[in-house]
Amino acid sequence: MSRLRVLFRTTAVRLSALYLILFSICAAFLVFYVTGMSQRLLEQQTKEAVVAEVTQIEAIYNRAGVNGLLRTLERRARQPGANLYVIAGPTGEILAGNVASLQPGLLDKEGWTEQAFRYQRYTDESRREGHVALAHVFILSNGLRVLVGRDLQEPEKFRVLVRQALVVALGIMGLGALVIWFAIGRNALKRMDRMSEASTKIMAGDLSQRLPMSGSGDEFDRLSESLNAMLGRIEKLNEGLRQVSDNIAHDLKTPLTRLRNKAEAALAHKATNAGYRSSLEEIIGESDQLIRTFNALLMISRVEAGAAAAEMSDVDLSRSVEDCVELYEPVAEDEALRIEAEVPAGIHISGNRELIGQALGNLIDNAIKYAQGADNPLIRVRVERRDQSVVVSVADHGPGVPSARREDVVQRFVRLDESRSKPGTGLGLSLVEAVMEMHHGTLELTDTDAVAENNRGLTASMVFPVVIG
Amino acid sequence: MVTRMKILIIEDDLEAAAYLAKAFREAGIVSDHASDGESGLFMASENSYDVLVIDRMLPRRDGLSVITELRRKAIHTPVLILSALGQVDDRVTGLRAGGDDYLPKPYAFNELLARVEVLGRRKGAPEQDMAYRVGDLELDRLSHSVRRQGKEIPLQPREFRLLEYLMKNAGQVVTRTMLLENVWDYHFDPQTNVIDVHVSRLRSKIEKDYDQPLLRTVRGAGYMIKDEAAKGDGRPDP
Repeated sequence: MSRLRVLFRTTAVRLSALYLILFSICAAFLVFYVTGMSQRLLEQQTKEAVVAEVTQIEAIYNRAGVNGLLRTLERRARQPGANLYVIAGPTGEILAGNVASLQPGLLDKEGWTEQAFRYQRYTDESRREGHVALAHVFILSNGLRVLVGRDLQEPEKFRVLVRQALVVALGIMGLGALVIWFAIGRNALKRMDRMSEASTKIMAGDLSQRLPMSGSGDEFDRLSESLNAMLGRIEKLNEGLRQVSDNIAHDLKTPLTRLRNKAEAALAHKATNAGYRSSLEEIIGESDQLIRTFNALLMISRVEAGAAAAEMSDVDLSRSVEDCVELYEPVAEDEALRIEAEVPAGIHISGNRELIGQALGNLIDNAIKYAQGADNPLIRVRVERRDQSVVVSVADHGPGVPSARREDVVQRFVRLDESRSKPGTGLGLSLVEAVMEMHHGTLELTDTDAVAENNRGLTASMVFPVVIG
Repeated sequence: MVTRMKILIIEDDLEAAAYLAKAFREAGIVSDHASDGESGLFMASENSYDVLVIDRMLPRRDGLSVITELRRKAIHTPVLILSALGQVDDRVTGLRAGGDDYLPKPYAFNELLARVEVLGRRKGAPEQDMAYRVGDLELDRLSHSVRRQGKEIPLQPREFRLLEYLMKNAGQVVTRTMLLENVWDYHFDPQTNVIDVHVSRLRSKIEKDYDQPLLRTVRGAGYMIKDEAAKGDGRPDP
């Protein structure tokens, strides 16, 4: 019972019920209209036949007088399926014809009876008060009244028949709709049940669950598909969040411990004013590094959450890259490195200038950090069009990243052992990747010189998908 | 006689506000304090301040709405927004609301001080000075030329803008982030000492052949260009 109630609550069932009702109303209207029309048509024919007969009877009366009229009518009245004939005296008593009784007062007025009336025939065995007729009354010159009418049984029968057909048809229709209703509704309901079952599991925390798909590609499948894509994203964000909190615990505790140790050490030693000052400065330096890490983390999560996506505009990529190169150039020179830029003018993309600048800054900064002391001091920054995308690449000739570790270095806080001694938060490439994802692009890491024995170098390429101008 | 700068701090963290008031006093700046948005708005409307330092999240009235309301009342006191929120989009909304500068928490007090001083001075200083002069160093904004003791010093365009910004704020501390923001129009943390390298190049160009140093490094804060020999603050006389 409750299942039936649930079934009725489904949209499919409600819609089909609504359609059924609307359709029934239309069908009923149509049937009534058709029967009404045909009945009127039959009545029309009846009247015409009666009028023709009246004309005939008048002619007979004029030619053969009352006796001829009586004879003719007697003969006609006996024929099977005959019309109604009555000849009555001036006071209304029936003299001849095939009608046993009439509604009183019917013969008083000449012309068409206003309504169908009831009468009884002589020939009726059952003597039922069942006959309805339409008649024309006329008064002869000698005061006799003549009624010629026609039974309305035929159109009445027709109407009843049509009505019956209507009821049967509607019945079949309703039954069919109910069956289809049930099938569609139940099917939809089952699939909805499966979906809500899956989502209950997901809500309980199992984010790896996915909504079921039937493979038919219908709207349910499309809904499931987009919900699944959404779940995938949520799962990834969630995964990232968990990873970050793990890493925060691990990687932020280290500098915090250092900070605390320094403060303790400063207190423990009876230091001079200058000693305290330098300890405090070191502590500020440590906390600045911590703040820096926090800021980078916040930035990444905001970029990943799409908070900056609203600030997208047309970016002169060529100029941004040149600005960035110019910003880092003196630093590179101080490290005996050389930055060479190959930037064709006028390449624009849709993006966030600030974030692209920061991402590129991170890449150049990395290149400077890791190419220090390399045999080949060249860092090449290049902007180029490649198929449907624009690529900004930074290539150095430092030690590079072994291909097996390339996925790792993009993760938050992951730093290769060889680079632990270098300054940095371990978040640079994570931010670049987040920025690229926001721009629907990718970060690609490749060897600069794939055939070199060692110091293959790293080429980091930011691939932006769409070109505006 | 230089008049002392007077600022209003709207900040609900009383401890932070007390620390700021003390630190500003030591720097020679008088400060009033409001601990919520409504009273801050009232004080800022009734009194005249050189700079307003407004925390983004305040009880009773949000920091941004204080700024919009002030601007609606045609009160154009420079506003510096302090915010614990992120950087990318937040700074944009802050500046759009009518703020003049934006500083994310946690910040170094020196950074805040330098920015407040620049904002406070800006109120009176004419923006459209066509030339700046610090001691014997002259910068002509029209011809994009720099001379010292009448001798032309060739500078790269970016170096020129760097010097221009320093000289516009002559006698005041300018922090590294302020330089990155105003000269490069970037608001991110460049990780390395990029700004220091640029400044030291500029310094070598303008000081190499001369005895008198002009561009000072202010420890723990940033840089300041100043005519050390002169008594005043080195700004050009009107």
